[in-house]
Amino acid sequence: MSNEPGLPRAAGVFISFVALLRANGFAVAPEQTVAFLAAIELLGPRSLEHIRRAGLATLAPPPERRSTYDRLFDIHFQGRQDFVGGGEDEEIVRLQEEGRGGDEPLLADEANESGLAAARAEALVERRFAQSLTGDALRRLTREAPRRLPKRRGHRRMRGRRGPWADLRRTLREIVRTDGEMLRLGRLKRRARPRKMLVLIDVSGSMKARTEENMTLAHALLQAAANIEVFTFGTRLTRVTRALRLKRREQALNAAAHLVSDWDGGTRIGDALQAFLAVPRFASYARGAAVMVISDGLERGDPSAMRDAVAKLSRSAWRLSWLTPLAASPGFQPQTEALVAIQRLVDDLLDGGSSAAIVSHLLSLGQRRAA
Amino acid sequence: MAVRSNIVGIDSPEALEKALRAAYYLADEGIATAAYLALALGKPLLLEGSPGVGKTEAAKAVAAVLGRRLIRLQCYEGIDAAAALYEWNYPRQMLAIRQAGDESIDIYGETFLIERPMLAALRAPDSAVLLIDEIDRADQEFEAFLLEFLSDFQISIPERGTVRASERPVVVLTSNRTRDLHEALRRRCVYHWIDYPTAEREARIVMMRASSVAESTARAVVAAVGKLRREPLSKAPGIAEAVDWAEAATLLHQGGARWPDAFKRSIGLALKDEEDLRFIAPRLDALLAEAAA
Repeated sequence: MSNEPGLPRAAGVFISFVALLRANGFAVAPEQTVAFLAAIELLGPRSLEHIRRAGLATLAPPPERRSTYDRLFDIHFQGRQDFVGGGEDEEIVRLQEEGRGGDEPLLADEANESGLAAARAEALVERRFAQSLTGDALRRLTREAPRRLPKRRGHRRMRGRRGPWADLRRTLREIVRTDGEMLRLGRLKRRARPRKMLVLIDVSGSMKARTEENMTLAHALLQAAANIEVFTFGTRLTRVTRALRLKRREQALNAAAHLVSDWDGGTRIGDALQAFLAVPRFASYARGAAVMVISDGLERGDPSAMRDAVAKLSRSAWRLSWLTPLAASPGFQPQTEALVAIQRLVDDLLDGGSSAAIVSHLLSLGQRRAA
Repeated sequence: MAVRSNIVGIDSPEALEKALRAAYYLADEGIATAAYLALALGKPLLLEGSPGVGKTEAAKAVAAVLGRRLIRLQCYEGIDAAAALYEWNYPRQMLAIRQAGDESIDIYGETFLIERPMLAALRAPDSAVLLIDEIDRADQEFEAFLLEFLSDFQISIPERGTVRASERPVVVLTSNRTRDLHEALRRRCVYHWIDYPTAEREARIVMMRASSVAESTARAVVAAVGKLRREPLSKAPGIAEAVDWAEAATLLHQGGARWPDAFKRSIGLALKDEEDLRFIAPRLDALLAEAAA
């Protein structure tokens, strides 16, 4: 790009738009700003739409935040003031008939979705997480995760003593070194890769006592390994992976708390899982993954919906574990209709009553087989 | 950032849209703008969208407009430099060493080099469009490797030195978004999220792709497909499915089937998942009647 010391004054309004985007959590690199300005120049620009599209193409807002981008654009370039909330991101799926599950107030109607009224009606409970009390279990997870989390055979090859393929590259090197004599044929084997993991956390009222620790645990897991996806469900289904990727725990948990607005409400597990499976992008996170549902399985809705969803989830997962605090006692037998129904479908129905128990299960997954 | 002159005759997104239409691709303003900017700024074009919205078709159309050949690199898990960049012809090298005896030979000569898509595009930047298809299937190692390629457009082959492109090649990347791509990759590219087309545009696409389909059929199919996409299906029908469905229904109709029946019997071309079919079956008649109205 040119080395001009100052920018033309007209560029100021575009640069302040980029600053506005950054202030609203969009990651925009300086090179993208440069491209944005160049794009505007290229396009004329003959209309505001050109500028909007130039921004979309060069600043690359993630598609699920497109509505927020559009709003910020309107505010900045058209002086609209009616900005309410951050716009509904597509990472959040509202469940049908939400609100019937628990004792929270009835919802506003669909037309009013992103407005403040709906937000109030939902009695959004923003939750601040306290520091974790289960440091030991988390430290153990961080320490042992690279070794003991489940792995699968990947498709990338590495040299090995034995393996199905010949390592021609290495062999040729040796041939050159030995003046054309092939003394040994190098081999290649498949490299192990960390298996995908999916964690679905129940944040409804009945799990209230455990929610905080579960979120902390999910954060630790995300920090310790790649290929992890985390969702929360209650009256909504929310993808919190992005928020929990932030390194500092407090910051990450606050970001997640901000995103999830159905804390301690009712729950319709069947509907939540159905909603999860109905979004192809989400459903693909479960394929071949070690799936863990942390929930007490107290279903207020139709148990058969839950059974169908769990069956489907189980078919696409590598291994489906259901961790419930109810299983903490030694002689645990599922009692509720829903848990009895899914007992045969899940691969493990285990104790999820403490971080230590969940961590032990996580770390034992590496030795387990597909089911 | 140099504005390139190799897109002669195309000086605006509207001009590119027109050229793409001549290459049988109906682009909306968004994609025309993104593609135009990518060409003019010399940046790679990253297209993301659900399967079947025409990402690969867009790349083909861009190549056709520029009059260049399309070099396609299909990504998969474990794809590495040997499959994407270059590979030595080892058996031939070994034979050559044997045959040479005491004479000295250069086993890293051009004759032993197998060109893979990325090297091919680098060596012919003015006559090829490189399509890196379904980048989300590749693993993160490959993505990191790609990052390096896309920023400098050069490749170093240890045995021979660095190959540098004489000009920035046209590169199109596509992703089905089965996972989040690295931010740095999105940053390097001009980005466009392709959505399903509007009903109007999709009907025109169907008629353009399948010439035997009547306009009323195309509209009915597009309306039905639009309704299906709003259902919680595990695999929503894409544009290609809509085209196939319209064609199949037309064929059945020519063979004597009545209209709603022809649609119903050929539903297998739109929905290819057993569970989806079962889910939609009870409401299919109503849905088709509504779409045909």
